[in-house]
Parts: sequence; C-alpha cells; structure tokens
Amino acid sequence: MIELLNIRKTYQMGEAEVHALDGVSATIKDGEFVAVIGPSGSGKSTLMNIIGCLDLADDGEYRLNGQLIDDYTERQLGEIRNREIGFIFQQFNLLPKLTAYENVELPLIYQGLPMGERKKRVIESLEKVGLANRMNHRPSELSGGQQQRVAIARALSTKPTLILADEPTGNLDSHSGHEIMDILTGLHREGRGILLITHDNNVANMARRQLKMYDGRIEQDSLSGGETA
Amino acid sequence: MKFSQAFKMAFVALKGNKMRSFLTMLGIIIGVVAVTLLISVVQGATGEITGQIESLGSNLLQVSFTGTQPTHLTISDLGELEKDGSIYGVTGVVTRTSTIRVGDTDDDYKVEGITRKYQDITGQVIKQGRFISDIDVESHAYNAVVGIDVANDMFGTENCIGNTLEINGFNFTVVGLLQKSDTMLANKDSTVLIPLSTAQRLFKDKEFDALYISASTPDMVDAAQNATDDFLIRELGDNDDYTIINQNAIIDVMNDVMSVMTILLSGIAAISLLVGGIGIMNIMLVSVTERTREIGIRKAIGAQRSDILTQFLIEAVVLSLAGGIVGLGLSYIGLIIIGTAMGITMSMSLGTVALALGFSAFVGVVFGIYPANKAARLKPIDALRYE
Repeated sequence: MIELLNIRKTYQMGEAEVHALDGVSATIKDGEFVAVIGPSGSGKSTLMNIIGCLDLADDGEYRLNGQLIDDYTERQLGEIRNREIGFIFQQFNLLPKLTAYENVELPLIYQGLPMGERKKRVIESLEKVGLANRMNHRPSELSGGQQQRVAIARALSTKPTLILADEPTGNLDSHSGHEIMDILTGLHREGRGILLITHDNNVANMARRQLKMYDGRIEQDSLSGGETA
Repeated sequence: MKFSQAFKMAFVALKGNKMRSFLTMLGIIIGVVAVTLLISVVQGATGEITGQIESLGSNLLQVSFTGTQPTHLTISDLGELEKDGSIYGVTGVVTRTSTIRVGDTDDDYKVEGITRKYQDITGQVIKQGRFISDIDVESHAYNAVVGIDVANDMFGTENCIGNTLEINGFNFTVVGLLQKSDTMLANKDSTVLIPLSTAQRLFKDKEFDALYISASTPDMVDAAQNATDDFLIRELGDNDDYTIINQNAIIDVMNDVMSVMTILLSGIAAISLLVGGIGIMNIMLVSVTERTREIGIRKAIGAQRSDILTQFLIEAVVLSLAGGIVGLGLSYIGLIIIGTAMGITMSMSLGTVALALGFSAFVGVVFGIYPANKAARLKPIDALRYE
C-alpha cells in the first residue's frame, strides 16, 4: 500500500529551480497494475525514485505500508529495496562483469540466503523469463531484450510485492518490448503490484489504471483498458 | 551479506583490473621487501657478530697498554692477579708479525707469545698434537703451535707435527695444530703461537702488548674487571695508560647500536610502505568514482551501507595483504641470496613476518577506509544517475 500526499521535489539546475514534483497525491493498493504516463520532464522518474526509496521528497507525506517513510531507518529502507521492491530500469542496469546468473543472484546475496536456496531461486527466475539457457552469459553477450529479461529476473528473484519499471521497453525494439510487457502482465496476473513508467500510450493501456503526469502534477487518474484484475 | 561473498566480490573486482591491481600492490611489495630485508640483514649480522664475540668467551676481559712508558709487568706479577677469586686465568701476550720460513718458502705471519692458560681463556681447540705447556714457558722452549692456514701454506699439509719452522732465524718445532676457527674475531688460522718467555727473548722485549683475563664465571666479569683495575693501578702507579675491554660491554654496546639501526632502517622502510598505502588509497578513490553507477545499482537492489563498505575495504586489504605476501616471498629469496653471498645464515624471524603482514593489512585498512566509506555513503539515486 503506497500513499502519497502532496509530494514535492525541487531540483536546482544552475540558477533555475525545477519543480520535478509539484504536489503529487495518489494511493496505490497492493497488487495494482498502474502506468504512469507523461512527456519527458513531467516528473515520472522522480516519482518512481521516491516510491522506490531511492530518493526522498522535499515536502509532503509518503506512507509505505502505513508507515511514514521518514520513520524508516536507512537500513530498513535498504531492506525494503531488497525485499519489497524490484526495480527494472530503462538502461537495464546490470553489472557488466557478472554473468546473468550472478546478476540475478546479487540481491539474494545481500539478503544473506544460503547458496542452495539462492541457486534454486535464480534458476526459477531465469526460467520464468525464458533465459535459463543463457545464465552463464555476460550482459555484453546478450541482446537488449535479453538483458532486460535478466533485469526482470533479478527483480523477481526476491519475490517482491511491487515491481517498479522505469520505461522498461524504452530502449527496445517493438518485438522485444512486447515480450517484456507479456512478462510484466504475467507477473501482475500472479498478484504482484506493478508501477510502470512510460511515455507510450500503447504500453500504458496494458495497465488497468493510468496516472497522467504533466509538469510535476498528476493531471488525470483514470481506470481504463488492461485486464480486469 | 556473508564475509566469504564479500571476499569473492573483491577478488572479481581486482581480477577485472589485473594490471592496475598489480601496480598498486607494487608499492606495498617494495615496502615489505625493504622492511623485511633490512631488519633480517641487521638481525642476521647482529647475531653473527654477537656469536663471534661470545665464542671468545663471555668471561673474557682484554687489557691493552696504550702508554709509551714500560710497564715492567712480569709473568710472576700476573700470577699475583690470578690469585684473585674472581679470576680464572691470566695470560700476557706479546704479538709481532714475523717472517716464517720453512725450507725455501717464507711468508709473514702473526706470532703470539702466550702461556698455557691462553687456550682456555680464548677457547682455542687443538686438532693435533698439544698446546703450549707451562714447561714450554718455564724452559723458554722453541716449540710452536700453528694455525691451520699456516700449516697448509707453509708445509702443504696438516700433518706437520714434529716439523721445523724458522722464526726470525730461530728454529721452532711444531708441537700442535689448532682446529680451524669458525669465527672471524678470534681467528688464529694464520697465527703461530709460541711460549711467552721465548717470544720475549726472541723479540727482545719484556713488555706485554696485551693481557687476556678470564673471569671464573660470567657473573664475576665485573668483579674481575675491578680486581684487574686495582692490580694495574697498584703495579703501574701513575703510568696507567691501559684500557680494559669487557666482552659483555662490547656486546651490550653493539646490541644498542644494532637496535638503533633496526629502528632507523625500519623507519625508513616504513615510509615506503606508507607511500604504497597512499597508492592504494589513490586507486581505491579512482575505483569508487569509476564504479559509482555500480554502487548505485547495488544499493537499488538492496545493498546496505555496510555491504558496500565491506566490499571496498576488503578490496583494499586484499591488495595490500597480497602485496605483503608477495613481498615476503621476494625477501625470503633475497635473504637466501644475500646470505649465500656473505656466507652468513640469514633467517627471517617470525616476528618480522608478523610485522610485515600486520603492517600491510593495517595499511590496507587505514588507506582503504576513507574510499570505502565514501562509496558506502553515496546516495542510491545520485549514484544511479552518475554518468
């Protein structure tokens, strides 16, 4: 359960102040599939970073699972990023020197899971994205779509309740993009919450709910399309 | 995160940059080699010299006369001194360099006039025949005991007992051969020993060049020195130009000098370790900057501050410790080479090994903590956005 109330975030760009978020309020329930859509510079990514506990708001209240985010310790926030949230980035953000297997294993290492359990979960996750046969390849040996699927497997391996996807198809051709979206909708069907950021209406329409952002505000909060959950 | 995992990550990171890792280690390697080699060589040399002095007998006192006035000391005067309870034996020595001739061969050797007690006092060992006896001294006998080099060079054989050699034109019978000496200080390999009385007559000099005095026990050395002092002041009166050299005092002074040397040299060597440490810090800082994005990704997927800190700290410590181990290996080889070249057994003490390893690990921690902490404190969003 994510509750945002009047969230503000301002960046200093040289002389000018940029209001990346200018009073955003929204509530996202567990298991929802929400698309945040808007032009670049509308504050989508900033919103995702704040929801994902990567960044802190300047003003406003953010409650995660009923508790104010300011009341969490740094260690607890690390654990939330580790266990509750799975990130999928536009740039994939895999570690280039590690194999697909090792990349997926990384969050489980930080959880302190024993090796046997890690192996089980890594293989399970890679099978889910159809890359079990590529687990000893490095990111540079994989196509963009495959890299993004490894990133999804990494996000999945910790069995998070919420998946945050920042333009996951932005760097991919339409075919790979479809594959990624198929995987994401599949995950939603399994009951995971998904917050998807995109500027592509077709992608956004695959979600049940759309938040349209403009100039740091949510202009429209609508339920349309997608699958009825 | 488990420690073993952190180690694995550190190794992967260091392996990814082999040349850089090696060059960073090089600073530590050179520092450790410098520290261990210098300390081991100084310790080896100290041990060697101390051993040689001690092999002379730690009970030994040596009196040398520095004045120009005759002392008029006689063998029977020395007998007086010998009666003191703290003294085991006294021998006067007359030393000259003389031409020794055997057949057609001649060469210059040191000739020492001595008494029977000389053998015990200076710890000489007879290989063949016998030493100079009291009767030799009383009867001004023309008997000689030769060092092993004298025997080999002059006679061409060690079996020279009963042969004749000529000193300053007088014929002496060889009655004994000394064991080869393994020390440099009390080395009599190239010396001919003859009875003191004969030497005084031969060199036409009644004066002693030196006295060797042995205390009855090592504890009595100071008492023996006092007794000798009293005796010499009594005998010589105002003409007291003499020096008493106490072996223990020499060893003490030398140990002092050597320990100051050790501190000084290891201080200098420690500076090179320090420079190596700064190299590690430098590279770790570069590495943190280069890997900012990696740190962001790791934090985004749940790495704690302590996980990042541990990872980078271990990288620094592994670098410096590996440098330390390689450095120790090189020093070990270096010591064998130096030891062989100098003919001294060099060994690396366990303390030196522990010091080198401990210090390099310490350098890794000290110079690794700042970069590691810098990495750990990066905000995840800033690190992720870093290009």
